[in-house]
Order: sequence, then structure tokens, then C-alpha cells
Amino acid sequence: MSEQQSGSPPAPSQRPPPAARRPSASFSRTILDAVVKGSPTVVTILAFVAAVVLGGLLIAFSDTTVLHAWSQFFSAPGNAIAQAWDAAAAAYSAMFEGAILNPHTVSAAFHGGSVGAIFYPLSQTASDATPLVLTGLSVAIAFRAGLFNIGASGQWVGGAIVATYLGFGISLPPVIHVIVCLLGGFAGGAVIGWIVGELKARTGAHEVIVTIMLNYIMYNFLSFLLGTPKALQQPGQSNLISPPVAASARLPHVGGPPPQVDAGFLIALAAAAGVWWLLSRSTIGFRFRTVGANPSAARSAGMNVEESWVLVMLIAGGLAGLAGAAVILGPVQSITFNSYGTYGFDGITVALLGRASPVGVVLAALLFGALHAGGTAMEAATQVPSSLVQVLQGLIVLFVAAPPLIRAMFRLRAARAAGLEAVPKGWNT
Amino acid sequence: MKLELTGITKHFGSLVANDHIDLTVEPGEIRALLGENGAGKTTLMNVLIGLVQPDAGEIRVDGKPVVIHSPKDAIAARIGMVHQHFMLVPVFTVAENVTLGLEPTRALGLLDRRRARSEVRNLSERYGLQVDPDAYVEDLPVGVQQRVEIIKTLIREASVLILDEPTSVLTPGETDDLFRIMRELRAGGRSIVFISHKLKEVQAIADTITIIRRGKVVGERPPTATDTELAALMVGRPVQLRVSKRPAQPGDVVLDVQHLTVAGEHGSPVVDDVSFQVRAGEILGVAGVQGNGQTELCEALLGLRPASGSVLLNGRDVSHATPRDRLRAGIGYIPEDRQEDGLVGDFSVADNMILDVYDRRPFASGIALDLSAIRDNAVSRVAEFDVRTTSVDTATQTLSGGNQQKVILAREIGREIKVLLASQPTRGLDVGSIEFVHRRIVEQRDQGVAVVIVSSELDEIYALADRIAVMYEGKITGFRTPAVSVEELGLLMAGGSGAGRPGTLPEADRSSTAVTEKSGSSARSGPAAEAPADPPDDSAPGGPP
Repeated sequence: MSEQQSGSPPAPSQRPPPAARRPSASFSRTILDAVVKGSPTVVTILAFVAAVVLGGLLIAFSDTTVLHAWSQFFSAPGNAIAQAWDAAAAAYSAMFEGAILNPHTVSAAFHGGSVGAIFYPLSQTASDATPLVLTGLSVAIAFRAGLFNIGASGQWVGGAIVATYLGFGISLPPVIHVIVCLLGGFAGGAVIGWIVGELKARTGAHEVIVTIMLNYIMYNFLSFLLGTPKALQQPGQSNLISPPVAASARLPHVGGPPPQVDAGFLIALAAAAGVWWLLSRSTIGFRFRTVGANPSAARSAGMNVEESWVLVMLIAGGLAGLAGAAVILGPVQSITFNSYGTYGFDGITVALLGRASPVGVVLAALLFGALHAGGTAMEAATQVPSSLVQVLQGLIVLFVAAPPLIRAMFRLRAARAAGLEAVPKGWNT
Repeated sequence: MKLELTGITKHFGSLVANDHIDLTVEPGEIRALLGENGAGKTTLMNVLIGLVQPDAGEIRVDGKPVVIHSPKDAIAARIGMVHQHFMLVPVFTVAENVTLGLEPTRALGLLDRRRARSEVRNLSERYGLQVDPDAYVEDLPVGVQQRVEIIKTLIREASVLILDEPTSVLTPGETDDLFRIMRELRAGGRSIVFISHKLKEVQAIADTITIIRRGKVVGERPPTATDTELAALMVGRPVQLRVSKRPAQPGDVVLDVQHLTVAGEHGSPVVDDVSFQVRAGEILGVAGVQGNGQTELCEALLGLRPASGSVLLNGRDVSHATPRDRLRAGIGYIPEDRQEDGLVGDFSVADNMILDVYDRRPFASGIALDLSAIRDNAVSRVAEFDVRTTSVDTATQTLSGGNQQKVILAREIGREIKVLLASQPTRGLDVGSIEFVHRRIVEQRDQGVAVVIVSSELDEIYALADRIAVMYEGKITGFRTPAVSVEELGLLMAGGSGAGRPGTLPEADRSSTAVTEKSGSSARSGPAAEAPADPPDDSAPGGPP
């Protein structure tokens, strides 16, 4: 019932902004609301199911054998359906074997094979998830403070450059070297993030624009460094590639030789725990969340909104930079002009899927890591291109972003329809 | 036309919004529906115009049962509604808006603009509405936009008009105009259902007052019924409309403001050389029509807005301190717009209770929050301030306005403060909540806090203030004691010249209740928002010379 809401006088917009730099919130606000309050877990899971089903159809009907069978659908309908099922099942089981568990390795282990091989797919998944956890956290923490960080990619580059340079440029004892490189990576990304926060706080420049532009600047800065002898380019190389980092700067592998997952994954998990603590258990996180949820109430409560923006962008940048360092010091070991790949942008997707919560980000990153790891295996085992993984990712996000679509598909009732939140508004009972 | 509702019942889930409501509106009657927010008034009217289907009950027009499934049916039954939020197209003219949906056409389907215009003009003249059919709606003040809505219902030949909280967006002058128009409509034989929770308004205009509480009709009274009686019926228990308070015993000067000036967007200051002092244990009421710099004054006092001049708190100069430091120094702040500035709607009651002390003991040690301390604090405050919430983890946006205000109040006066700065502390609240908030504020005064109340409701000023300052166009036009007459106050509020209208005390008094939010006009920008102080024609008590 829509009795006059006693507490909702129309917002007094005739009031000019106190410091001429209120956030131009509408865009970020919409995104933020969609992410943080949008879809409950069940919608996320159903979105995944829907994406897998659609992906299966895509696999089946891009297969020439299947298409041939379907051209004879009316003479042999059973065959057509069986062929389609087989194609999709083969692709998905290859993906599963590449990402989670390969039954062959289990039986091999019983017959004297390597036990470690059983965990190889999971290890690959964790390894692929590592940078996504970190860039996802970067985007998520900024979300929580009301900022939309599109710049995890550029911040990744900033961190990677510093980590690479420290990795081959200086010599330190083993453990200390890798720590210095990681800290350097964090700092490298943090500087890029800080620029964004500072520009927003001082001039009101919208962080979406600034981060996108800084991405291009960082990509080209990386190319410039790699193309300049004595800067970052490997001596004697004409390719745009840096020297490999020293052995002392490499992240140790966890429980076995390469390609087992390295310590980067543990660092990512630790970062997630840290971000969780910061957001939900610390005064700084309380401030971030307040600023993100209602900047004017934050101001009225004496919080420094601008300072919070700067600080959160610094941390967000640092996390993305750490992702860069984890990749360079882990699996890659030297940086090239396109090492940044899609880590930064996948981070946005991961944060969205994880609904901007650290736990959600870890889970979403693991899902994406599994898709990546499985995709490679699938391409090797079947004729399905690994770009199907990107299609799956896209479909998941599409469905997550459109909860009504999922509700309609699965006939869920909208949560609110069950019963109006019929709390009597009067309080004199 | 006689309108009868019998046994209207409507459930929303487990909530009974309307419980066997009977209501008869005679032709040519102004019937007030009085009730608190959430009592079920709007639901009842939505049933009447077909937006909500009742579970049981019957609607009869002139004795004949009618079924109303949609607003279209309501129009056919000659029932028209003026909603709280206007349904107008800003870039269309009045005539275009009014005829939207029933455009008179000439041959070939061309719009007959001339006929539309003349119809609007005729209605306007007949009922003294003073609406120019060719004006663009976006250029019109809120009060006139409302009249356009009224014309919309008239042109559809409504003979019962429902006005849903029509005065909540109006200035006092506009409210007077509306009441005059309502009387003219009544004289023209139309009936009006006037929905309100403001006692004085229904007393001033209604022929009969129907009081609704928790979905039930709890009484019918003539307009001569006393405030106290009506309020008690509305709330369900005796209510003190004016909190009792002992005479103030002012102590030392706590807040000393000298030559405070806040620059406006367009050069001219919005707060202009304001100086005042507030002593411990006294309440200074800042009266004035909304939009005369009160908002900016409060924000400047808290440091949210750059200002020149000086602010001394207990002798200490805080003119350049940040809002955080001023809050620390002992200012309690109840902002004008509680949802925008006072609360984080998504946050729990517990989190909102510590919004400005979150980084202090016992809620934090170092940078770590102490969740159990935060929770314990919330549990005890919820009990102490009687916040009606299912738990301290409930998001504040689901609470009623009164309970939201209690959360803010609990937070701000729950800590050690020397000055309480409260801007429109009871805006939009119902009678019971107002009583509670007022009592707490007086309590603070008695404990030696220097209190500044900014309010555009004269009732509130009279109820609370030990001293009254009147603001007009950014200046303080005078200080008075609470013994000052409404006329004199009105005069000061309108700029301090001219004469009060003689013999209009009850009227002026009544309209003072409606000196409320100009918030309706905030939807538009421009002149009306900039200079709402200008008393529109015969408006605020005391016109220009």
C-alpha cells in the first residue's frame, strides 16, 4: 500500500552541492545497485545453468557431423539428437576433465601412476583464477565505495612493469626478492589508482572516463618501454619483450613442480581475506561503504568523502597491480606488449558475478579460472574452439545482468511478489 | 452526486489496509479523511479510482452500485483524483495537458486547440483558478500545477474530487488559494474528499471529518472538534500536541555565531551576515518560509558549506574546522532531509546508529570495528528511543519516517553534545512521532544543551522555541519571544514590511501549519526554487506594502 511515505520528501535538489563536486552518481549508482543488490545467489546459479545449456546448443550446432545428422532429421531423428548430445557432452566432459578432475588420472594413480596428476586440472584452474581474484577484488572494493573502476587493466600494467623491473633489475636474496617485487607491483598499481582518485577528488573528473583513458596510456607506455633499449626491452631482442625475472623473484610452486599452481594463488586468497576484513570489520571499510551507499549522509556524519575516494582507488589499483605482479612472477616471467590480456576486464565481470563481495569474487574467479583451464583442454580434445569459453562467460554475465530474464525462464516468482513488505508504517500501536 | 462506500476491505498479505470501511460523501460536501501515515487513507482512495481492487465491499454512486476496475471506470463514474505527485507533461501547455487523452478534434483528426483553450479558460474563470491555458506547465509554480490537475478532473466532468495530501507541496499562500478554490467547487455542487494528516487544515476546510486508524473508521467529527480529540482518535491514545516545558533557564553562551555569510551560486549571499548566540539550556527557533537560507545556515554551522564569519563553540573558534571536528566538538546534527543526509538507507539500524562515531571507542579500537559493541549500543538505543523495528539488523529504509527520525535522534543525542542543531526535525512525521521528537528535544534543553531548531512550521516554533529568530532572504529579520503574535511573525517572514491582514488570526494560524516543505518545487529548478520567499499574491500572512 502506498500510503504517503512519511519519510520520503522529494529530494531537495534546489540545494547546490556543498563543494561543487558531488559524485555524478547516476551511472555508477545504477551499476553499483545492480551489482550489490541485484541478483540473489540462486539467480547466479541459474544463470550459469542457462549459459551452459545455450553453450551446449552452440557446440552441437557448430559441429559439421551434427549438422549433417540434423539434415536427415526426418529419416533418423534419434541419430540427430544423439549426435547433438554427444558433441555437447564430449566438449563439456573435456572441459570438466581439464578444469576439475580427469577420471583417467585417478585410475592411473591406482595403477602406479602419479597421484599429483589427479590434481593437475584443479591446479590449472587455481592458477588461471589467481589474477582474476585480484582484479576482481580491485573492481569490487571500488564498487563498494561507489566507484566504477574500469582501470584494473591499466593498473595491472602499472604493477606488472614495476614487478618486472624489480624482478630482473635488482638482485636480492630469494624470499626477500619476491616480496619486494610483490610490494613493488602493489605500489605500481596503487600509483595508477591513486591518480584516478586524486583527479576525481580534486576536479570531479568521472572515474570511468579517467580509468579508461589511463588504460590506453598504460598500454602504450608499456609498448614504449618494451621498444626502448635499456628501458625494459630484453637486450639483443627486437621483439617487444622484457628479460625474464631472476629465479629469486619467482613465486614458489605450491606442492610440486610446474605447472602446479604457485604461491600467487595463496596471495590472492590472503588478499581476499584482507579485503573482507577491511570492508566488514574495519572503520576504513565502514567509511568506504557509507561513502558508496550515500555520500551526502557520509558528509553529514563528518566523513571525508574525497579522501575516501583517493584511498579506495589507491587500494583498488594496488590489488590490480598485485595481479600483474602475480602473473609476471608466476607463470609468465617476462612481460610482453600484450601481457595484460583481459585480466582487468574479466575482473569487472568477476566482481559483478561475485556481487562485489570478497567471497563472491573468489568463487566467481574460480569459475572463470575453471572455464579457462577447461577451455584449453576442450580445444585440445575436441574440435570446439576455446573461444566458446568467452561465449559462456558472456552468456553468464548476460543472464546475471538480467535477472527478470532468468526468473521468466525458470518461472521464479519475483522475491517481492510473495507478499508486500507490509509493515504498518504508523508506530503508535 | 452522492458517493457511498460500504464495507470496503482490502488485505495486503497479512496486513489489513482497509477493514470494512463505510463512507458516505454527500453532494456539495468537503469530507476530510484524517489519519496517520499508513492508516489506509490512500489505499481507500486507490480503491475508489480503480487502482486497487477491494477484497470486499461496494461502491455506490447516487444509490446505484458501480464497479470500478480502472481509472477509466472511475472517470465514467465521475470520480476524479488529484494525486500527491502530479501527472503532468512539463513541456506541454496547460491546455495540452488538460486535454491529454481526450483531445478535442476537428475534421481530419486535427487537434482543436482553440476549443481546448476556451474550455480551460471557462473552468478557470468559473472557479477562480487563474490558470493561463497557454502557459507551459514547467514554468508554473507547484500551486498552479495542482490547479491544472484539478482542471483535468473538472474537464472530465468529475463531480467527486479526491485530493490526496494536496497541501504537502504548497506554501501557505498556495494553501489559502487551494482552500478558496475548494470552497468554490463546493459551491458549484461538487463534493471533495480531502486526505490529510494535518489537524488544522481539516478543521479549517472540512464539513465533516472522518478519522481512520489502522484501516478502520474510528470516528466522524464535525470540524469544531478540538485538536486534542482529533489527535487522540487518529493516534489511538491521548497525545500532547504541545509538549509541556518549563521556562528555560539559560546558562552561558555555548554557540556564538558572528557575521556568518554563505555565498550563493549567483553571487548574492544565501546566508547574509547572520549573527546570533545560543545559551546552554535554551532553544532558539529559526522560523521562516523554506528556502530563505535556513538549509545553508545549518550546513555552514556544521562546516559542510564554505562560509565567512565566525562560529564559536564554548568560546573555541571552530570556523575553519571540518564537519568531523565540529561533530567531535559537541554539535549534534539532525539534517533536514533524513533520507538523503541523515541515514544510509541500505545500512542496518545498528550501523546507522554509529554513522558519526564509528571510529571512536567503544565502537572501534584502532581501525578494527567492535561489532558486539555496535550491536549492544543499537539494542539499548532502540529500546530507549522506542524505535519500532524488527531487529537492529533491519535496513533503515524499511522503517517508517518516524522511526527513521528516531534512529537519527538516538544517534545524535545519544552522545555527549553541547549544541543540538535540528533542521525540520518533524517534517513529514505524524502526530505521535512529532510529540516524541519534541519531548526529546526539550529534554536535551533541560539537560543544558544549547538547541537550534530550524523549522518552517510555525506550530513547531511556538511549541519549542524559547527565543525566535526569523530568517528572510538569508538575513535574520528579527528576534522575538514566543509571546509574539502570528501576524508579527508572518510579517517578519515576509520581509518585515507592510501590514498583517487584520482579523485573520485563525486563518493565518492554520496556514502556518502548512508552511512546510517547498519540496514540491524542488523538482523544478529556477526562479521558484531560488526565491520562494516571495509571497505569491495574497499569500503569507502579511503581504508586501
